[in-house]
Amino acid sequence: MTTSKKLIINSAWCKGCGICVAFCPKGALELKDEKVQRKEDTECVLCGMCELRCPDYAIYIEEKDDEEARNQWVMSY
Amino acid sequence: MVNRGDVKQKDKQMSNLVYKYMRPEHLPHIWCPGCGNGIIMRDVAQAIENLGLSRNNTIIVSGIGCSSRAAGYLDFNTIHTTHGRAIAFATGIKLANPSLEVIVIAGDGDISAIGGNHLIHAARRNIGITVVVMNNNIYGMTGGQYSPTTPKGAFGTTAPYGNLDRPFDIAGLAYGAGASFAARGSAYHVQQTINIIQEGIHHSGFSLIDVASVCPTYYGRKNKSGSAVDMLKWQRDNMIPAEKAAKMEPSELKGKLVLGILHQVQYKEFTYAYDQLIKRLYEEREANE
Repeated sequence: MTTSKKLIINSAWCKGCGICVAFCPKGALELKDEKVQRKEDTECVLCGMCELRCPDYAIYIEEKDDEEARNQWVMSY
Repeated sequence: MVNRGDVKQKDKQMSNLVYKYMRPEHLPHIWCPGCGNGIIMRDVAQAIENLGLSRNNTIIVSGIGCSSRAAGYLDFNTIHTTHGRAIAFATGIKLANPSLEVIVIAGDGDISAIGGNHLIHAARRNIGITVVVMNNNIYGMTGGQYSPTTPKGAFGTTAPYGNLDRPFDIAGLAYGAGASFAARGSAYHVQQTINIIQEGIHHSGFSLIDVASVCPTYYGRKNKSGSAVDMLKWQRDNMIPAEKAAKMEPSELKGKLVLGILHQVQYKEFTYAYDQLIKRLYEEREANE
C-alpha cells in the first residue's frame, strides 16, 4: 500500500516552547510570534522527531493512504 | 465506551495516537510551555498502543499534582484520587479484578513524600501494577516548593538558600523496598522510555519507571537551568545507558543519571499468590468436610 506523509502544524495548540525547533535534525522549523512554522527554503524529511518531543501534540506527521500516489506507482510500471 | 461528542479528528487537527487515546475535548492541556509531562504522557499512550492493550481493560490511576492531570487527558477508565494515595486505590482495583491492567501516573512528590508509605509497601508486596513517575524534582502545581527529589544545593521557593537534604533516587528506593522491576527513563529519550514503559507494563509484578521530566517554569527558573530546550539538552548530555554505566566507576557517575532497566527479577505476583491461597483453603475445607 502506498502512503503519503505530510507534516501538520496545529497552531492553536502550540505554546511556543521551541523544543521541536531545537531538535529538528534538518533545522526546518522556526518560531514566529511564539508559534512554530516551517522555515522557508529548508527541507523536511518527515522523520517525526518533532512529533515525539512536542509536549502539546501540536505538530505531527500525518500518514494516509494516498490514491494519487498509488496511481503514480501503477503508471510508472 | 468512547463518546467523542462532536469532536472530529479533522476539525481539531491531531495525530491518530492523540485522537485514539486522549480526550480531545480537554486538549490543549494546562501544562506550561515546554513541560516534560506532555512528552511522557504521549510515551505512555504509545507504549499502550504498541502493546495493543484494550481500552476497556486498562485503568489509569493518578493522585494530585501537575502530573496527575494525565488521568483527565487520557481516554481510558481513569480515576483521579486523593493526594499520594494513587497506589492505594490501584491496589484495590487490581485485587478486585486481577485481569485489569492498572497503570499509576504520579509525580515525584505525590509518590515519594505524601504517598511514600504506599510506594514501599506496594513494592514489597509485588502487586502487579505499573507506576510511571513524572519526576520534575519540584512541586510544580503549588508554586515550586522543594520536593524529596530536589538535588542537594538546588533552589526552590521554600529553599531560597539551597536545599540541605539529599534527594531520593525513586528507582533505587523501589528496588530497596523489594520491587521486581525498577527503571529510569527521561523526557528527552523518547524511544527508550516507550520501550521501558512497555517492558514495565509487560512485567507481571510491581514495576516502577522513574521518568525524568523537566519543569522550566519553577525548577528551571529557580536554578537558572535555562529553557525547556536547555533542560532537555542536559538530559541528553548527562544520562548514561545502564549497560554503559555498569562498566563505569562510581566516581565517573557523579552528577549523572543512569537510563534504562536498573533491576528486574521475577517474584510471585501478589494477586496470583492471593488466588492460590484462597484455592488452597477451599480445598482444605472440602477435604475436612
